Amino acid sequence: MKRRKFDMAAVPGNTARAVDDRFQVATPLRRLLNKVFPDHWSFLLGEIALFSFVVLLLTGVFLTFFFEPTMTEVIYNGSYAPLRGTPMSAAYASTLDISFDVRGGLIMRQMHHWAALLFMAAIVVHMLRVFFTGAFRKPRETNWIIGSLLFWVGFLAGFTGYSLPDDGLSGTGLRIASAIILSIPVIGTWVSAAVFDGEFPGTIIISRFYIAHVLLVPALLVALISAHLGLVFKQKHTQWPGPGRTNGNVVGERMFPRYAIKQGGFFMVVFGVIALLGGLFQINPLWLFGPYEAWVVSAASQPDWYVMFLDGSTRLMPDWEIYLPIGEGYVIPPLFWPTVVLPGILVGLSTLYPFLEARYLKDYRSHNLLQRPRDVPFRTGLGAMAITFFVILTLTGANDVIADKFHISLNAMTWAGRIGLLLLPPLAYYVTYRICLGLQQHDREVLAHGVETGIIRRMPDGRFVEVHQPLTTPDEHGHTELPYAGWVVPKKMNRLGALGPAIRGFFYPIEKPAEAPVSPGHPPVEPRPEREEVGSGETRS
Amino acid sequence: MSTHTEQPARPGQEPIDVNDPRLSRFDIVREGARRDDIEIVHYEDQVAPGSRAERRLVRTVAGFFLVTGLAATAFLAIYIWWPWEYQPGRGGDKLFTPLLGATLGIALLGIGFGILTWGKKLLPKEVSIQDRHEGAVPAEDRTITGQTMLYMADELGVRRRPLLGMSLLAGLVPVGAVAAAPLVGGLISDPHKNNQMMTTGFAPQDGRKIRLVREDGRPIRPADISAGGQITVFPGIEHGVSNRHADSPTLLIHLRDADAEVSRRNNERQGHGGYMWGNFAAYSKICTHAGCPASLYEQQTNRLLCPCHQSQFLITDNAKPIFGPASRRLPQLPIEVDAEGYFVAKSDYTEAVGPDFWERP
Repeated sequence: MKRRKFDMAAVPGNTARAVDDRFQVATPLRRLLNKVFPDHWSFLLGEIALFSFVVLLLTGVFLTFFFEPTMTEVIYNGSYAPLRGTPMSAAYASTLDISFDVRGGLIMRQMHHWAALLFMAAIVVHMLRVFFTGAFRKPRETNWIIGSLLFWVGFLAGFTGYSLPDDGLSGTGLRIASAIILSIPVIGTWVSAAVFDGEFPGTIIISRFYIAHVLLVPALLVALISAHLGLVFKQKHTQWPGPGRTNGNVVGERMFPRYAIKQGGFFMVVFGVIALLGGLFQINPLWLFGPYEAWVVSAASQPDWYVMFLDGSTRLMPDWEIYLPIGEGYVIPPLFWPTVVLPGILVGLSTLYPFLEARYLKDYRSHNLLQRPRDVPFRTGLGAMAITFFVILTLTGANDVIADKFHISLNAMTWAGRIGLLLLPPLAYYVTYRICLGLQQHDREVLAHGVETGIIRRMPDGRFVEVHQPLTTPDEHGHTELPYAGWVVPKKMNRLGALGPAIRGFFYPIEKPAEAPVSPGHPPVEPRPEREEVGSGETRS
Repeated sequence: MSTHTEQPARPGQEPIDVNDPRLSRFDIVREGARRDDIEIVHYEDQVAPGSRAERRLVRTVAGFFLVTGLAATAFLAIYIWWPWEYQPGRGGDKLFTPLLGATLGIALLGIGFGILTWGKKLLPKEVSIQDRHEGAVPAEDRTITGQTMLYMADELGVRRRPLLGMSLLAGLVPVGAVAAAPLVGGLISDPHKNNQMMTTGFAPQDGRKIRLVREDGRPIRPADISAGGQITVFPGIEHGVSNRHADSPTLLIHLRDADAEVSRRNNERQGHGGYMWGNFAAYSKICTHAGCPASLYEQQTNRLLCPCHQSQFLITDNAKPIFGPASRRLPQLPIEVDAEGYFVAKSDYTEAVGPDFWERP
């Protein structure tokens, strides 16, 4: 029998044919490889959240191998000498072991915590980007709702996570959570007893939080994130307006190879930054807090940053208790309003916003082009209002520390927060609105008169005027009729190519001088005309 | 610029034969893109092949990857050989985690920047335009799908056979409840079992009054606390000093003479005459607002501050809230001294301890 020679070079082709015979993937794979994505730095904020989530899963799985989620009382006998001999829960003891007795455990724990903080921060910043650019408008309302739910599910993941170690700080947080549940009218005590299996703290809450933190909440997060990404994929990404960009197309790069490679690189960068944070910056040094004891708390007990706004709202709430004289009498404690009603209103407002805005503007069309914040002053103003509200509450969550460090009366801080919470957001709205109008006005000015050159010319009659470089051929009055397009207007001469960037290179110049920056994604279809020198007007031989 | 349309028959855009041997690989790529309604309008090498710029970029990328290799090796070496076990005081072990973080971070950033440089600088730049096809679903398709679904509903014939629908509903609703029942039934727990919301560890057991004890379990004599001082006390029962009695921790305060006088008068006004013993008063340490321990006692003003939300309670006036979000007084524990000279609770707290709730009054 003749032995056939094995052809190595034909293997990939044959394999591909064999796979396609069975699964018919050629066409869908081509579509995937070819899919066009618009590119802008602000579209990468959501990716940070996604990549942090991947790091959370990786580090979290590591931690589960060593964490013991029970409240059984043990006597600590690990490496950390100051706590040796202290009775504590197995959860706290095993967290100390992860920090001191598992090789490399501490960096994993700290990376997990930093990744969680970054996850929430990226979600918030991404949400602001989507809000301020109007990316939530039809047809993307569903994705906006999923996104705002992701914040709250992430919040839940964070809270259940940092409650697990059962240290002095997290136990206090848990105690406050139980009080919040208790404050709900009618069903409060029943819900609290169901969650804690009786009176606070009971003996099972850590185990319940554990399964919520490692299975239920992450499963929900994975489901929501998948739906979120799936919708971005299906509905195609929004894009900034600009040359060649319409509501009906996507201008950008095909997904493979360059776009995907950049995503992969960005993931490694996010991962690397989390590793640096986890190794170099201490987070939640829970061995300093001791085990949770119901009678111990220290000043400056603050939750993670994304919970601080609720802490702040609780601090600012006046002591308004509602007493209902029915039967034996019932009360609605003041705690109910800032911790249950306020988040409820926030969830409602944020999820409904796309529909409210569409109704207000009577705009029910589909929008795939983004808007610059300055072009929709009322929305930008509302956003500034929301940020101000959030920042005041978050700062108030630390008002005891601020009062201490800056020697301000604590009560004065509380009153400043109460008054500020009512006055500053409307003020922020007004100021932002005016700034937006001013920026628009300046754009229009440049479109009509041209770019300021910085060259002052003295007129025969002694007046000084600044020379403007019109963006197109002006009419007899020196005005140009350019439409306002809602996109970047060049404001400096080097944006027009007047001042080419310096030739780069440290020892050797790179042969080709770099191009002057253009609007992102602007396709430079035709070569640039030769530059003329902008001089003082004198001619020298 | 290009007004891209869906018509395939644009000049120069006719489907081409991809098996034509004269085509370059890029021609085929462009044809594939065209079939996905993508027009590659701009495609340009950023660096000329074989140029010095290219060699330089290749060296940069390779440099990044080599940095990664070095840092990762350093990570492993540190992980294996660095003395990592915790020692009290300053020692090399304190550097273990920072060194791991630095080497791991540098390794990952090296890959990241290497890949980014590769993708951003070495690969050709392109601008492609893809059609969104939004609202491109022909109205006909909608009609067909809608009619198909209505047809399915007709086939089921629920409208013609109403008994089917009603019996299905009657059958499924209880099944849904069955799914919820074990969860609700398993979790539910009567919050008022043993009157637990209203009692603490200080409730007398078999007529025996409960002693006030310190954290280490020792009982307390009046002489143990100097005037103006205060101490956290617990019920002198088994597990009294533990989270099992999380609502029992109490603050025993020795007031100065003048303050004690004011306090006693205010007690009587409140109907709490006899709750104090001498100049000593005992108030629950669990804040009535959110349950944190209200533990910062200001001797000069006799105010007790809760560090969580800054509620302030005036001890000399029945611990009533005078600032912050708390709306309810801290409950007072009636105390006396037993025959052996130790503090005991005369009775349990006479109102609910801890954060407020709906059915409290």
